[in-house]
Amino acid sequence: MDRNSNKYTFIYASVMVILVAAVLSIAAMSLKPFQKKNTEIEKKQNILASVNIATTAKNAEEVYAQKIVNTYVVNSKGEQVEGNAFEIDLRVQKNKPVDQRLLPVFECQTEEGLKYIFPLRGAGLWGPIWGYIALNEDLNTIYGANFDHQGETPGLGAEISTPAFQDPFRGKTIFDAAGNLVSIIVAKANESAPAEHRVDAISGGTITSKGLEQMLLDDLKSYQNFITRKKS
Amino acid sequence: MSEKEALFSKKNLKLLSDPLNDSNPITVQVLGICSALAVTAQLKPAVVMSISVMAVLGFANVIISLLRNTIPNRIRIIVQLVIIAALVILVDQVLKAFVYDVSKQLSVFVGLIITNCIIMGRLEAFALGNRPWQSFLDGVGNAAGYGVILVIVGFFRELLGSGSVWGYQVIPNSWYVVNGGFYENNGMMILPPMALITVGIIIWVQRSRNRKLIEN
Repeated sequence: MDRNSNKYTFIYASVMVILVAAVLSIAAMSLKPFQKKNTEIEKKQNILASVNIATTAKNAEEVYAQKIVNTYVVNSKGEQVEGNAFEIDLRVQKNKPVDQRLLPVFECQTEEGLKYIFPLRGAGLWGPIWGYIALNEDLNTIYGANFDHQGETPGLGAEISTPAFQDPFRGKTIFDAAGNLVSIIVAKANESAPAEHRVDAISGGTITSKGLEQMLLDDLKSYQNFITRKKS
Repeated sequence: MSEKEALFSKKNLKLLSDPLNDSNPITVQVLGICSALAVTAQLKPAVVMSISVMAVLGFANVIISLLRNTIPNRIRIIVQLVIIAALVILVDQVLKAFVYDVSKQLSVFVGLIITNCIIMGRLEAFALGNRPWQSFLDGVGNAAGYGVILVIVGFFRELLGSGSVWGYQVIPNSWYVVNGGFYENNGMMILPPMALITVGIIIWVQRSRNRKLIEN
């Protein structure tokens, strides 16, 4: 057939596209289980990192099964509802009105007692940021925090995923003496904030820092009823 | 053309070795700079990126070379793009499944292999007119030339920027100012501008040593 005819060109293009599509679909389908497993392991590592337990991809599942003693889902009123806490996608939940959200809670047994872990999700400068915050049994003092991001600027906003930023969260409190939720204030050097609620912002990463502050406030607010119930 | 050529004849070996120096894709042809800046903050992603590009370029060259007598001339660029894109998606899926942490670091840059000018350049300039074996050598050679530069840049950026090599700390902790020493990592090395400057220095060194590249 004439290689320059329209017919040949069309047939060639169609056959090529169908073949390529078939190969790619087969590859995607057969690799899917491995990929799902990887994201699950990463999530478990992140949850454990918020209670200051470092894991590797190899031992994460084992440690998770051992340390995370209970998981459940609550609603914004603090009532326990049906659902698998680990499977809940926060991105979907955050698009719903607060009273319809499903809020996962993870309980972790550490050597220093029981810790409550809440997942967080918010907006940074370039894209989503997320993380986990672990509270002591008093549901006020922060035991640990872990944050990650999709595409914040390296060296600036991306610093939220480093220990230098996360470690100062430990020991801070989220309620003031009167019992009001103040969350954590991510403050610059010239901003004043009570020391027990204050964490230093990242220089050059103001929008990411403020986004993180907002994320903490928003998400802790949705757990407020749960916390009040648990305390009483 | 008809007489049988040895697999590793002098001419074929030259296809492999030329891109390492005389016609290096990055330092001489100045192609693929974008990814060279983006993935070289550390050594490990630089190496993985090089291997990925090598896989894509090697296979794409062979496939295009096998098809070269059937490809309709008017849509040859599209055919090349489809082949490259398919291979890149395959590489991306495999990385996600088996080396997840590395794939996270490379993130969007794996997808950007598609737009790496080196690949399209070699398909258009070489694979369309040569036999599969030669095309394969040319692909591997060019990817190696690209990889060598990435690895050199990655090595220096990680060493000077983070004080480590391949993730292992090599600058003693006691040297650092925070621990009472005299040394401080150069934060600038982590950022893309220093990658460009490092590439510039490599080009300078290469040109001063290689007579063939000196222009009048």
